[in-house]
Amino acid sequence: MKQYVKVNATFDCDGNLLPEYICWDNGKRYQIDRITDIRYAASLKAGGAGIRYTCIIMGRERFLFLEENRWFVDAKEKP
Amino acid sequence: MNINSAVDKNKYKKDRVILHSDCNGFYASVECLYNPKIRNKPVAVSGNAENRHGIILAKNEIAKKYGIKTGEAIWQAKQKCPEVITVPPHFELYKRFSKMARRIYSDYTDMIEPFGLDEAWLDVTQNTDKSGTEIAFEINRRVKEELGITVSIGVSFNKIFAKFGSDYKKPDAITNITRDNYKKIIWNAPAEDLLYVGKATKKKLHNIGIYTIGDIANSSVELLRAQLGKWGELIYGFANGYDSSPVSHMNENSEVKSIGNSTTTPRDMKTYEDVKMVMYVLCDSVCRRMREQGFMAHTVGISVRDNELCSFIRQCTLDDFTNVTKEITNAAINLFVKNYKMQRPLRSIGVSVTDFVHDDVPRQMSLLNNEEKMLRNIQLDKTIDRLKKRFGNYIIRPAVLLGDSGLSAFNPKDDHTIHPIGYL
Repeated sequence: MKQYVKVNATFDCDGNLLPEYICWDNGKRYQIDRITDIRYAASLKAGGAGIRYTCIIMGRERFLFLEENRWFVDAKEKP
Repeated sequence: MNINSAVDKNKYKKDRVILHSDCNGFYASVECLYNPKIRNKPVAVSGNAENRHGIILAKNEIAKKYGIKTGEAIWQAKQKCPEVITVPPHFELYKRFSKMARRIYSDYTDMIEPFGLDEAWLDVTQNTDKSGTEIAFEINRRVKEELGITVSIGVSFNKIFAKFGSDYKKPDAITNITRDNYKKIIWNAPAEDLLYVGKATKKKLHNIGIYTIGDIANSSVELLRAQLGKWGELIYGFANGYDSSPVSHMNENSEVKSIGNSTTTPRDMKTYEDVKMVMYVLCDSVCRRMREQGFMAHTVGISVRDNELCSFIRQCTLDDFTNVTKEITNAAINLFVKNYKMQRPLRSIGVSVTDFVHDDVPRQMSLLNNEEKMLRNIQLDKTIDRLKKRFGNYIIRPAVLLGDSGLSAFNPKDDHTIHPIGYL
């Protein structure tokens, strides 16, 4: 399921945009420990396309997408 | 483009490596990407039936298997497949995907010529790192990964055969048409598979016993010219692979030849007043677009379609070049009144302007016309343009449009701005 999320990100001195925290809708903040890959990609699961950041969050690999000016993740369906 | 350069055997220089990339069921593929729940169902993108724009604009592969065709009415599609899901189009999204596809193409060449939103020719002759087929496979893979849709690509030594190649195998395929196999693949195909052989040309060709592209290639050019005029020579050259028309550079400004808008109205136009109202809206959009691009036009054209879908076009030449809304509107309305007596209610009308000069060329003042009035109209247009730019399309409108908002409440300038580019 496509879930738009609030993200804290910074522009570094070279103009690269790097996400630092993902803020979930329940108020939880997840720190992105490391970004291992950045590339253009589509998300067939969530339904969208943009720049895909492969992020390591709490030891797990997660994809975070920047689609134009909004960030989204592929979230589990709420029961 | 000079037609002869596309078909003259003597002007044919050397084989190039041309790719033609075609996004499969483009609008429907993008819609399916964004809505995973409908991805495995028959899906068609269609206009709004309530506004009488209810035709199929694109369909996915599953809908295609049911025989649903682009251009048919929604009810026809539902007859073939009652469970087909119709979704409204999102043109801004398609434009973004088109741009994303072109970004991928630009990694291989700067000679990219778009043909509508979903197709493009690429000249990769100068790319010495990889062969045409290798580039085609790479683009195919990248579009799938980065855009989540599929493309069919034709690889050949000229634009026409490359286009044929992308249509030959669909979806998600690559077809290589070489000097060795083109006769086997292309010449056996029906004549209408060749670019520019439509229904009317097909009929004329059948009348002289020409059924395949090979028949066109092997017939005499004089015979084709006698039957089809200059198009006869053109398709003869196309069929023989003499096409040497270049692929444009991606930053080359394509020369604007005409600007037009048309609309199918929510209800039939029954009186001159109805038509006048819609003409005002269309001419306002056409003239604003013309002024934005810095042109003045010399020719105004109208297209008319009645409720039995009979249609015609008419055009007239103006006394002088102009981009004044009032002058263009009057010309379009006069042209209509002269050529149509409201025999039947109308379903759609369109206005276009052609034959441009730049608006900064000096112009001869007229002794007979009221120049002062014209200058006032130019000022009025400038003021209206600024108001609409700042506060939106509906901030200021001619009083005539207040009569029936059902007919005039649309904004052709901003609602739908996709301008397919012709090959010639």
